[in-house]
Amino acid sequence: MRFSAWQVLKEGLTGNKGWKPHWRSPEPQSEYDIIIIGGGGHGLSTAYHLAAKYTDKRIAVLEKGYIGGGNVGRNTTIVRANYFLKGNSEFYSHSLKLWERMEKDLNYNAMHSQRGILNLFHSDGQRDAAARRGNMMVNQGDDAILLDREGVRDILPYLDYDNIRFPVYGALYHKRGGTARHDAVAWGYARGADQRGVDIIQNCEVTGIDIENGVVKGVQTSKGPIKAKKVGMVVAGRSSQVAAMAGMQVPIESTVLQAFVTEGLKPVLDNVVTFGMGHFYISQSDKGGLVFGGDIDMYASYAQRGNLPTTEHVIDAAMTLMPMIGKAKLLRSWGGIMDMSPDGSPVIDKTHVEGLYLNCGWNYGGFKAVPASGDCFAHLIAKDEPHPVAEKFRLDRFRTGHGIMDEEGTGSQHNTH
Amino acid sequence: MRIKCPLCGERDRREFYYKGAAIDLARPAPDAGDVAWDDYIHNRENPAGRTKDLWQHEMGCSAWLVVERNTVTHEIYGVELAENVKRGMK
Amino acid sequence: MRISNKGLIDRSTAVSFTFDGKTVDGFAGDTVASAALAQGRKVFGRSFKYHRPRGVMTTGSEEPNALVTLHSGAAQDPNIRATTQEIYEGLQVRGQNAWPSVDRDLMGVNDLFAPFFGAGFYYKTFMWPGALWEKLWEPMIRRAAGLGALSGEDDTSRNEKAYAFCDLLVIGAGPAGLMAALTAARAGADVILADEDARPGGRLLLEDEEIDGKPGHVWAADITAELMGMDNVRVMTRTTVTGAFDQGTYGALERVTQHIAAPSDDMPLECFWRIVAKRAVLAAGALERSVAFANNDRPGIMMAGAVRGYLNRYGVAAGQKVAVFGNNDNAWKTARDLQAAGVEIAALIDSRSDVTPQGDFPVITGGLVSDTRGRGALKEITVQSASGEQKIAVDCLGVSGGWNPSVHMLCHMNGRPAWDEATQSFLPVDNMVPGLAPAGAAAGHFSTQAALESGINEANQALTDLGLNTTDTKAPQAEDGAYNITGLWEVPHESKGYKRAWLDFQNDVSTKDVRLAAKENYASVEHMKRYTTQGMAPDQGKNSNVNALAILADATGRDIPTTGTTTFRPPYVPVSLAALGAGARGKGFAPERFVTSHQATVDRNAPMIEAGLWYRPSYYPRPGEKTWLESCNREVISIRNAVGVTDVSTLGKIDIQGPDAGAFLDFVYTNMFSTLKVGRVRYGLMLREDGHVMDDGTTARLGENHYVTTTTTAAAGQVMKHMEFVHQALCPDMDVRFISVTEQWAQFAVAGPKSRELLNTVLDDKIDNDSWPFMACGDVTLSGVKGRLFRISFSGEHAYEIAVPSRYGDALFRDLVSRAEVLGGGAYGMEALNVLRIEKGFITHAEIHGRVTAFDIGMGRMVSGKKDCIGKTASERPGLHGDHREQMVGLKPVDAGQNLSNGAHLFFADDDITADNSRGYVTSVGYSPTLDTYLALGFLENGPAHYGKKIRFKDHLRGIDTMVEVCNPVFLDPEGGRSRG
Repeated sequence: MRFSAWQVLKEGLTGNKGWKPHWRSPEPQSEYDIIIIGGGGHGLSTAYHLAAKYTDKRIAVLEKGYIGGGNVGRNTTIVRANYFLKGNSEFYSHSLKLWERMEKDLNYNAMHSQRGILNLFHSDGQRDAAARRGNMMVNQGDDAILLDREGVRDILPYLDYDNIRFPVYGALYHKRGGTARHDAVAWGYARGADQRGVDIIQNCEVTGIDIENGVVKGVQTSKGPIKAKKVGMVVAGRSSQVAAMAGMQVPIESTVLQAFVTEGLKPVLDNVVTFGMGHFYISQSDKGGLVFGGDIDMYASYAQRGNLPTTEHVIDAAMTLMPMIGKAKLLRSWGGIMDMSPDGSPVIDKTHVEGLYLNCGWNYGGFKAVPASGDCFAHLIAKDEPHPVAEKFRLDRFRTGHGIMDEEGTGSQHNTH
Repeated sequence: MRIKCPLCGERDRREFYYKGAAIDLARPAPDAGDVAWDDYIHNRENPAGRTKDLWQHEMGCSAWLVVERNTVTHEIYGVELAENVKRGMK
Repeated sequence: MRISNKGLIDRSTAVSFTFDGKTVDGFAGDTVASAALAQGRKVFGRSFKYHRPRGVMTTGSEEPNALVTLHSGAAQDPNIRATTQEIYEGLQVRGQNAWPSVDRDLMGVNDLFAPFFGAGFYYKTFMWPGALWEKLWEPMIRRAAGLGALSGEDDTSRNEKAYAFCDLLVIGAGPAGLMAALTAARAGADVILADEDARPGGRLLLEDEEIDGKPGHVWAADITAELMGMDNVRVMTRTTVTGAFDQGTYGALERVTQHIAAPSDDMPLECFWRIVAKRAVLAAGALERSVAFANNDRPGIMMAGAVRGYLNRYGVAAGQKVAVFGNNDNAWKTARDLQAAGVEIAALIDSRSDVTPQGDFPVITGGLVSDTRGRGALKEITVQSASGEQKIAVDCLGVSGGWNPSVHMLCHMNGRPAWDEATQSFLPVDNMVPGLAPAGAAAGHFSTQAALESGINEANQALTDLGLNTTDTKAPQAEDGAYNITGLWEVPHESKGYKRAWLDFQNDVSTKDVRLAAKENYASVEHMKRYTTQGMAPDQGKNSNVNALAILADATGRDIPTTGTTTFRPPYVPVSLAALGAGARGKGFAPERFVTSHQATVDRNAPMIEAGLWYRPSYYPRPGEKTWLESCNREVISIRNAVGVTDVSTLGKIDIQGPDAGAFLDFVYTNMFSTLKVGRVRYGLMLREDGHVMDDGTTARLGENHYVTTTTTAAAGQVMKHMEFVHQALCPDMDVRFISVTEQWAQFAVAGPKSRELLNTVLDDKIDNDSWPFMACGDVTLSGVKGRLFRISFSGEHAYEIAVPSRYGDALFRDLVSRAEVLGGGAYGMEALNVLRIEKGFITHAEIHGRVTAFDIGMGRMVSGKKDCIGKTASERPGLHGDHREQMVGLKPVDAGQNLSNGAHLFFADDDITADNSRGYVTSVGYSPTLDTYLALGFLENGPAHYGKKIRFKDHLRGIDTMVEVCNPVFLDPEGGRSRG
């Protein structure tokens, strides 16, 4: 069924009886050409792109819980292309272009909203770093404007310009940045993949990966063994456990990132704003809640929940930056498991096992990568060669030192990002 | 979250700095080879469950600690001074 | 309508406030809801999506409908529950999410389009044409959505955060909580009893029942008095425990003055507590749930327990002709209490057929309320029963679909409760939160007697766990009725037309939405919630989660346990950001660090800039200087020609002592320090274990076993932590100790050809080039004060750093600056310092920005081949050195007079400007008055190979596109003669 205003009108007039499932719930077949482990945003996007662009082979997505139940369903929904290191820059630029056509491609409104992102800076040094970043964005063909303090004030009059501990010097303004309705991204890709014949199998946990003579043969699951010629692992939050099934140790530590939402409020905050002197970023959802987040909780964790010190620190930053939101009330907090890589950048690569592919290490920035990650992982799986915009996301970069992408300059070792 | 520093007693997590897996104590020899060093600096077991990791009582006595805890439940089983653990590794 | 002789309000104290400008007269002890209900108000709010009129449903913080805005201006406070806000004289209350008012809301027109606005409708439309989404549709949705509004003004309220510690935290002061607190307190435990109400008692305040022969509220007051008289007990009223966290940490919000008209200035509005409890008892009671029948949202339809609650606590009859509809014995209490108070009970409708009527009012067993009528206020209900359909005129309907134990806090660590058939509810399972035990109704003990006993039991268990002796506290006599219930979730109604049976009143989610979600295969409970938005509103699904789950189970042909469970995330009730971020507004966000020369510098009108937590001077303006650049140029030239003074105390200083001090430094630095002679200083480079540069600085050897290391300002903390790690975790047997002495020493750079001349006017023993050659160090005295002198230079000039104990810093700085001024120089700031070091090609963290190696900055040879050090092996990885690396270079504009900008990218002259063609970037830029040109430092692929080459310097953001010449980064005095002079 094609979605449209016409369809909504027609169904509304006829009792909304004609709506169909957005995806099937098939039982797994005994064999597929390609199995994607992980029905999160990246896995569903991979399956969609495989089926839509790269292959007509039989594809299944195996999800141990419900689709979209991981980080795609628990993040602060920010979409941007403001990276500056080669490798990241071209990838996120590609991803933003895919975001801009996603709804047309998927016929599903993910409510992608290019509200503009302002990355504030608070010192000359931060301005210089922002300029360097912005220049790379323009080099890449994306948009960036360097605003001074008054330029920021025109757009964000509600910040504290007088008493703030770290004064606002200006901002890097990325107009094409914005937000999206996170769950809808997973559902849109699921529907798109399903329509193209992909079997999405929920409540199907992979318990083993079958490898013979260095070649992948299939997977063991809670619904029985399934044969496959190729297997892609894209399980942020469980990367270490799934990779271990193939005898691998991956360069990942898992931590918790909390996110927060307030009660619904009338529109007060139009853009996405990030604070340069503390980890804090905020936007207002279409439902009116202020959605914000900050730094990870800074300890290895799979708990999907955080603790008060980080919560308070994030809100401290909110209060110093924009004291006008003091009367907003925190409604809910939640946590996602972050696949933290040593340099803060991801891996999309083959493994030592033929036919087994790895997509992991998105740190706390995976949401905006969903379209391109899927496209590039699909490309790698289908063609056995990296997509040109993802060729630097190599697993061996840590061993060789070639192509380390440490955007923050805090290190290419764990727990520095 | 609260951690019991062997020197200072139980304190709030805010007083502690977190470094990462306790594998950091097992620094390879300079000539151990790139695989050993890759494993030391980058690759991690990263268990969902019981683990040992390194914390520093930064806002207290500055002691580096090996904390044995559970990454799923956040239960803490025990805390030792890193220097004692390191000495015991020899 | 008020009922005489009922309620716990103080009828001798009249209190008036306004609701949407209209005066409401209440009494002390009233809430906004009780007083307004008493005065006949029906509509308290408008729903989120369809703007349907909604009335009060509950008596507590779970209230979904009666959300109001308090005050105006900066104090404007949206989304306040009218059911918990205590009234005071002059309080201003406004309805919200309505225009012009909640009584007449033109947005109510939305309801007419409801068939098109079902669950997830927005995912299916607004896609074409793409541009209209951001311009038209989304703004419309955003304006319609939201509930209350922020004022847009900065919050100015005073709030606080605090810690508290106890043996036992009791959450909730109902019968179970009071008994638990009493039991533990009598045994000598440190107890905190927290309740969100102004008055302990919980459900006892809302019921008409006796404990030990006393009215329940009197018993509660007596127990509270006993507890408050004990030194080991803290009773915290108006305090909602909001979250359970690790190792017995709980968050709690105390509303300190929200109920006071004119609190004193030193009292906070709210205080956010972190309570650390060795054990805790969750005695949070239970929340009543509704039943989904057509038009179950009309103002006047309330929870049955709330209807009698308003009567018993506030003396308010919510209607004059009341019906009660329920599926359990508890609902009958409402009819009995109201009838006893003289309110007409039109009917008690029980969905169960096998109940024996008790009470002198019309009873319909096996009956179902299937529809209601009344625009803006309930007028009539339709009842289906074996005897057919009847319509009953009522103005209030109390509904009880049963009670959900308040397990919320137990779910905060991802524990999941389990379905219990007997009570038709989710009950806690063991150890959902370590150390937190449910008691009373929260644990499914619904009778008062059972709640009291469970409070005692859980307290005794906690005492045993804590190794404390238990006492023989016995439960008093109380109501011990059975709680019989037969599950009832939905009353079938015609699916056509506009009739909807509401589940989530706040987000306007009806049974139709849940069924549509199931039909579209959003069949997992998490999908259903996210697709319909059920449970996402301010009540976090407290009123609707279980009902929606039951409907989903029915829609998907499953039973409740296999369909899913319910969960909740912190906070239990919404908490203002002002409270959670108390103290952080303005300068409170981070500490401020001041050098000893701060006042002297401010006295000289130098603008101070943030350098991490420190404040440092930007430049020292002099009369006649119009721009910072004029001042900076003058300072630079004065140092090149005379002498300048600046405070460098912010640099980290680490005092290192012990027989292995040299060996330890050899291990943390790339170069050798064990070979450094006593009385000499050496520059050192420190790597992270990943092979990249962490920091640099000088280290002085003051004695055989005594070094002082300096770090950069930015990395001082990181380096200290790193060194402690290396020592304790990697080489604990090294005999070395170190401590940060950053704040113990005030240190000033004295730079310029006249620096020695200046110093010799303050040193007790004069120095010359033989006694203090370049890179010498040692002890000195100044007017008898012991100090340290280091002959080091960050300007390329003949220069020193002199350190004195911090208490002499201010005096010495003032003295040095005055003397420098006499010699034709003066104080200089960060801007001049930056230009001086760029002229010399010296690096700062602008260059060692975390991604560079020693090789990249031309210091590859500083990584000693003779020894191991942190980062050495990783730095030898093939990717970290070689021609492919971006290496540090100097850059000079080809056109004299051309300005340069930091952050520009570098391109080969013939290349197109693309990301791929970017060969490097600029990290430092300054105008050199010495050389009369802009200078830059930057990184360029295989940089040194391009010395002499002209390349393109492109800064899109500042509009600079020019040619620069690549050169050695040392622009001035490459031989270093000036610093040795």
